[in-house]
Amino acid sequence: MKEENLYISPGPHIFSKESTPGLMKDVIIALVPAIFASIYFFKVKAFILLLVSIVSCVVFEAAIQFLMKRKIAISDCSAIVTGILFAMVMPPSLPIWVCILGCFVAIGLAKQLFGGLGFNIFNPALLARAFLAAAFPTFMTRWNHPLSLDAVTGATPLGLVKFSHNLDINYRDLFIGNVSGSLGETSALALVIGGLYLLIKKAIDWRIPLGYIGTVFIISFLTNLISPDIYAGGLFHILAGGLLIGAIFMATDPVTSPVTKTGRWVFGIGCGAVTMVIRLWSGLPEGVMYAILLMNALMPLLNRMTRPRRYGT
Amino acid sequence: MHCKNCGKEFCKGLWRENPIFFQVLGMCPTLAVTTKALFGFSMGMATTFVLISSSLVISCIRKLVPPQVRIATFTVIIATFVTCADYFLKANFYTISKELGPYVPLIVVNCIILGRQEAFVSKHSVAESFVDAVGMGIGFSAVLVLLGSIRELLGFGTIFYYKILGEGFENWVIMALPAGAFITLGFLVGLFNWLNSKLTSAHKI
Repeated sequence: MKEENLYISPGPHIFSKESTPGLMKDVIIALVPAIFASIYFFKVKAFILLLVSIVSCVVFEAAIQFLMKRKIAISDCSAIVTGILFAMVMPPSLPIWVCILGCFVAIGLAKQLFGGLGFNIFNPALLARAFLAAAFPTFMTRWNHPLSLDAVTGATPLGLVKFSHNLDINYRDLFIGNVSGSLGETSALALVIGGLYLLIKKAIDWRIPLGYIGTVFIISFLTNLISPDIYAGGLFHILAGGLLIGAIFMATDPVTSPVTKTGRWVFGIGCGAVTMVIRLWSGLPEGVMYAILLMNALMPLLNRMTRPRRYGT
Repeated sequence: MHCKNCGKEFCKGLWRENPIFFQVLGMCPTLAVTTKALFGFSMGMATTFVLISSSLVISCIRKLVPPQVRIATFTVIIATFVTCADYFLKANFYTISKELGPYVPLIVVNCIILGRQEAFVSKHSVAESFVDAVGMGIGFSAVLVLLGSIRELLGFGTIFYYKILGEGFENWVIMALPAGAFITLGFLVGLFNWLNSKLTSAHKI
């Protein structure tokens, strides 16, 4: 018997071929349709914002890792993903210096201060957006009309429904993306294509998006049934605002979502419930950002509560 | 009256045992009133006054007070001086007093003050207690002014109402909100502890 074939090692014994750069590249590929849609609808503004935010995220990541004497790991592509996602949730008319500040908050405050990739509690892109929304409320609520280069501003569909009770909804524009909003959130079509790609590649778990979107649909369907002249229907709440980009790309972030199956269901349903509470009964038109950040904070608790029983106990 | 180690007792409040950075005490006024540098300064001065006067009185009577009722006695003495400070501010600096709101009466429960009485004053002489209180008070006030200056500079573009940043500056609203206080304090505590560890490790070598 050959002795070198007998070796003992602790589990896990089954290794996946997945790696961090591979997963990040899948996410980048899935974001390509949304990137094209944002550049098509918001033209050069979208292009500049995307470029600035990707470059500054990578530069900040390398600079902070250098200063903190960590291994410089920009080749894992996570900074690029953060940069794209951050630009995707910004309004098109955002000044460039605010964008750079936001990238610093995302990479420096939300990611590297907590210990780098894998240790951050909150989604970096969303935390930076929350910081900017509190710091510069005027910039963060100035929405451009799509397909126009001038500075015409207009309310988002969610704002129109909530504050003007304008229930005259053009579902075709909402689905294609021809409405005002953040760069990447307007085109539902492009986001769904990216989401399907991620699901086919098994880069994300279907439980979180399904739990999230399903909860939003059920709550908005019921409230629409009760008082149809105040609340918009279920389809509107799925297509409008940042729900799809949040459910597909933000809530499924492997670092900030639970690892157990039950935990992921609870996470998705919780995100949906909080989003709808904010959308329907608070002073803000949109609640995806705060919903996901709130559930991020509960993630360690969900992991602990839904830990599977060890075999035999 | 003899005072040994007076210099040491004074300096420790400024840096090595700074009430905010290294003892992490008195967080409520630190976070709540430092939206502007002037409010931080006023709060620091009021707290320093209460700290010094109550330290003096308590170090005089420390041997008369039975240990079972010492906390109650300390609190009553502190509350007396807090009332003095509150009325003084109301009479002479009404606008500041209005801005500070309930946080001046709340100095009674500031854990720096009661903590000093318990940890230091009840075991030391009048002179040492006085020096310790002055050091702690100055250390506390300096941090409040620093925190207030950073938040006022970024939140309003001014320091002590003096315009520093020009017209093109966009105010960071978050710095005037509680979130700005937590972020700034977190960065400052981290920075000072890092500096301190650098200094002590350099000292050992």
